[in-house]
Amino acid sequence: MAEARIAVRHFNARLWLSGAWLLIALLAAIFAPLVAPQDPLAQDLMLERLPPFWLQSAEPGYWLGTDSLGRDLLSRLIYGGRIAFIVAFVAASVACLVGSALGLVAGYFGGWADRIVSRIVDIWMAFPPVLFAILLIAVFGTGLGSVIIAIAVIDWTRFCRVVRAEAMAQARMDYVESARIAGFSRIGIMLREVLPNVLPSIIALLSLEMGIAVIVEAILSFVNLSISTDDPTWGGIIAEGRLSIHQAWWVLVFPLITLFLTVLSFSQFGEGLKARLDPVLR
Amino acid sequence: MLFRRLLIRLLTMAVTLFGVAVIVFVLIRVAPGDPIAMMLPPGATEADIERLKALYGLDKSLVEQFFIWLSGVVHGDFGTSISLRQDVLSLVLGRLPATLELSVVALFMALMIGVPLAILGTRERGTAVEAGIDVANGAALSIPDFLWGLILILLFGVLVPVFDISGRVSPQLDLPFTTQFYLAESILRLRFDLTRDLIGHMLMPALALALPLAAIISHLLKHSLKEVMDLDYVVLARVKGFSETQVILREALKNAALPTLTLVGVQFTFLIGGTVIVERLFSYEGLGNMAIDAVINRDLPLIQGIVLVFALLFVLINLAVEMTYALLNPRLRHG
Repeated sequence: MAEARIAVRHFNARLWLSGAWLLIALLAAIFAPLVAPQDPLAQDLMLERLPPFWLQSAEPGYWLGTDSLGRDLLSRLIYGGRIAFIVAFVAASVACLVGSALGLVAGYFGGWADRIVSRIVDIWMAFPPVLFAILLIAVFGTGLGSVIIAIAVIDWTRFCRVVRAEAMAQARMDYVESARIAGFSRIGIMLREVLPNVLPSIIALLSLEMGIAVIVEAILSFVNLSISTDDPTWGGIIAEGRLSIHQAWWVLVFPLITLFLTVLSFSQFGEGLKARLDPVLR
Repeated sequence: MLFRRLLIRLLTMAVTLFGVAVIVFVLIRVAPGDPIAMMLPPGATEADIERLKALYGLDKSLVEQFFIWLSGVVHGDFGTSISLRQDVLSLVLGRLPATLELSVVALFMALMIGVPLAILGTRERGTAVEAGIDVANGAALSIPDFLWGLILILLFGVLVPVFDISGRVSPQLDLPFTTQFYLAESILRLRFDLTRDLIGHMLMPALALALPLAAIISHLLKHSLKEVMDLDYVVLARVKGFSETQVILREALKNAALPTLTLVGVQFTFLIGGTVIVERLFSYEGLGNMAIDAVINRDLPLIQGIVLVFALLFVLINLAVEMTYALLNPRLRHG
């Protein structure tokens, strides 16, 4: 009993900590023009490669230093969060909707529906994800829409596989049988009985997927295949940092920490939510 | 029956590869840009366009075009790279060995890290050592290979610059190799100076790829080992006077390894998929790095060839894993 209570408190801590980071990062991104200390695009060669605030020769107002063009790093990270969160929310939601719907149908109905969906998932698994993403970018061209489409097209299988397996397990349970005997339609049972029981997994996976989408967007912007404008992106800042790594380590370190905390928070937030929502664990 | 299983697997594999081919074909055809318009000089007549379309089979229906394209692919005709003006297949085969060597070294490293940690964790189960291993596993798992690569570049390329973080081999070296399998060939030719240089370049990218997999191996193998440790035959071995480490190595390991083995096979394809970005990070001249250049140059024939080769590789690995599993698992062998 004591152990269980500790476990619950543990889950809460990780839910709150990860949630707090995500909320701060999200609010900063939404209110970027108010929060960012400098213009993220303003170049000033007099201010190039300023170190972060605790080091000598740092300038006040440039908390995390500047890059090789004299642009303020903190402001660029805050603005970069906008692209990261847009991609995270939209791409993950689309992947979630498509994948969960197909997985639910395949898992609950079985038979031909399951065979077709499973075969498509098999085909999808034969593509290396990052390579698939850049192939889609090559076809659709760069841009925010292409990045979102690419991530959704690739990662729906993640939802499909998990939801299919869970729906399959739920379909065998007694309550589904009783609902059928009570005369509910199969689609009605699927949506009203099976779906709510699969939902905690879907929510955890959705949060995890948002973290993955952030990473994929960072990878694509790192290789300059994300959005084609000058807007700062986390991956783009990392690419600059990789180039000037021997002169200005902070340009690589801070976006790396930002990316790491965001990805970790998304996955921990999802796990924490799942523990909260799961009727068995609760 | 093993033969029947093999046959079914080969059939599904063919269906999967066919599906991959359809998707790649459709995607490449969807791509904006009329291939004929790019080939012709300005002022070409309508008749010229028609003649060229007929020459490339573009006047036929899309389904016919697909089968013309597919028969070319099956015969190894992947077309010509637009940016490099060379045969795509030979370009891809020229780079594939570099990626394969990197992947195999990474897999080896993952095993060399993951398996000892699992054994240590099992021997010290319930202690702070096991808890420490669990925390390390969790951390290694939640960081993707892209971030690991950057962290390793910072740590061992900048902070303590002991390893090479760029390229496949030092450019000033004279390479006597006749194949692209540099690492294997350097060992066979007993040129261990070159082997050391190659390994020095591979170590960091391979470690970035290996760490997440090492965590998975260590986690799953430890779980399986702990389950076996209380079984009668293991207890018997302990009673016979073997030390705990001997018991794990001689008795428990071979019975606990099967689930891990299967998972390693599946995860190995994910590892190979990770080479695309890790090669880019470390400027390693493999297939993945070439793929990114191909996309930047909008070289669709080349990217198409690379995707098809990767897909074939993935499907073959999955098949090999499943066959190994069937051979090793006594229940399936006689089933």
